[in-house]
Amino acid sequence: MTPLLEVAGLSKRFGGLVAVKDLALTVGGGEVVGLIGPNGAGKTTAFGLISGSLVPDAGEIVFRGHSIKGLPPHRVCALGMARTFQIMRPFPRLTVVRNVMIGGLGRHPHPAAAEARSRAIVDELGLGAKADHLAGSLTLAERKRLELARALATEPVLLLLDEVMSGLGERETETLVREIRAINARGIAILLIEHVMRAVMSLAQRIVVLDGGERIAEGRPATVANDPRVIEAYLGDERLV
Amino acid sequence: MPNGAGSRLVSGHPPIAPASRPALQYLALAAVLVLLALPAVLTSYAVTVFILIFFYAFLGQAWNVVGGYAGQLSMGHAAFVGVGGYTAAMLSSELHLTPWLGMLVGGALAAVLGAVIGYLGFRFGLRGFYFVLLTVAFAEVCRILVSNIDALGGAIGLYITFTGDPRQFQFQDARAYYYVALALMLLATGVVALLERRRFGIYLGAIREDEGACEALGVDTFKYKMLAMIVSSFLTGVGGTFYAFYLFSLQPNSMFGIPLSVEIIIRPIVGGAGTLLGPILGSFILTPLGELSRLSLGHGGYHGLHLVAYGVLLVAVVLFLPQGAYPYLARVLRRRDA
Ligand SMILES: Nc1ncnc2c1ncn2[C@@H]1O[C@H](COP(=O)(O)OP(=O)(O)O)[C@@H](O)[C@H]1O
Ligand SMILES: [Mg+2]
Repeated sequence: MTPLLEVAGLSKRFGGLVAVKDLALTVGGGEVVGLIGPNGAGKTTAFGLISGSLVPDAGEIVFRGHSIKGLPPHRVCALGMARTFQIMRPFPRLTVVRNVMIGGLGRHPHPAAAEARSRAIVDELGLGAKADHLAGSLTLAERKRLELARALATEPVLLLLDEVMSGLGERETETLVREIRAINARGIAILLIEHVMRAVMSLAQRIVVLDGGERIAEGRPATVANDPRVIEAYLGDERLV
Repeated sequence: MPNGAGSRLVSGHPPIAPASRPALQYLALAAVLVLLALPAVLTSYAVTVFILIFFYAFLGQAWNVVGGYAGQLSMGHAAFVGVGGYTAAMLSSELHLTPWLGMLVGGALAAVLGAVIGYLGFRFGLRGFYFVLLTVAFAEVCRILVSNIDALGGAIGLYITFTGDPRQFQFQDARAYYYVALALMLLATGVVALLERRRFGIYLGAIREDEGACEALGVDTFKYKMLAMIVSSFLTGVGGTFYAFYLFSLQPNSMFGIPLSVEIIIRPIVGGAGTLLGPILGSFILTPLGELSRLSLGHGGYHGLHLVAYGVLLVAVVLFLPQGAYPYLARVLRRRDA
């Protein structure tokens, strides 16, 4: 079976800096893959390349059998891939529901239909009480949920989540892990960038480790966590411990 | 990210759904009825002022589509007035085409120009200040070109002989212009009200906030910005016919010039860019003010002093009502309701 997403030889430089180098990566249908690595490893850049907001210098990206390299982000999204932003980008002067509707209108062009779908998603993610508040008034934890809600509204088959748990409390993290698991249970594959190791370990079936833009390890969570190269990459980074 | 220079001026409309509330709909209906009856009691000078109020509200509403809702600060909308006006005037004098049709042709040609400007600006990702410069540059190039084309009257411009024939968009009674201008304002406002409720209008409000986030959510931002520009420039071009045939004359400086572009954008910004009623409110505030300062200051040869008054007012609005007057008014009214 061909995987849902297949990335090969992906590279990107920013001036003299090689942010992503010859990256290979696959995500199967319904799979949860973790993408980890120290700060500056190139994880967010890889998301940008895959989702079309950055143009790769080299490499191939095949999603659902289509080559999506060079496609603009809205086309990639229409094909069924949605991403969240590590640096959250809500529309602050639109309400929470309106924010989610922007994602939903692509699938449901009629505003009333998109709004109904969006309210359901907002409720599901526990933002129901804030549905008609301006997004600019949300707390950090709520804005993370909003990012997720908007991405879900595009009805993706593959979700790219960029550190949706960072900065959350323990209780909030647990809830979010449960919610992500529920999303995955509906058949949505997930590529997960995460620094909260407990979350990645419990969610991901497979983990890819990046360091200095290169893939240094890949495998099952338990194997990767004990890989000496991975431990070395994280040396001095107490988060893995 | 928001568009640098523009985002401070063109601020969004908070979730106010003005016309969806029945009370406001009745209020709007009552206001329209009053405006329909008003000429019966107005002096002829007051009729003139109202014509200008409606006409500038119309132009402001047309600009609002791309400048307010989509947040793309065009400072060259005079170009569309000029193209629309000159087209209708030339078609009328050369081909005897009635300006009632000429205004549609003029609107279409203005929309073509809008599409060219939009394509260059949006394809090459010109944001904020750079988009402002692009639009100003296009309008100035048009002005200089027309000033140098003898067939279009050159720098002196064109004059339209008065026949008083309604088929030639000319009326003996100034009140007819009043109703035409009112109709234009209501038409543009109706178009915007319709857009506001549809996917297109909802997308525009988000594009103004963060284009990158829109793209990631599946919104073809280029397409919707282009559409906004085309709708906006078409309506503005239609206004050009009114402008030319109301004044009986067309001069490159007045029809393509920066002062007209400023007149077009200042009302929606003061009234509330990206809101349905902002351009109308802004025109009711600014047009009489402009007339007053023209009357009291302009006679001694101080032409353009009303522009200074605009500038002062604009600074005040940016400082104290950064979203314009309408959102503020709506909040005050809602607090009263509660
Ligand atoms: N737009 C950019 N311009 C220049 N350098 C960038 C840009 N985006 C990221 N980088 C650099 O690329 C490297 C990888 O960054 P990033 O992908 O954000 O890492 P991660 O998400 O793994 O922390 C970093 O050194 C970062 O400074
Ligand atoms: Mg990152």
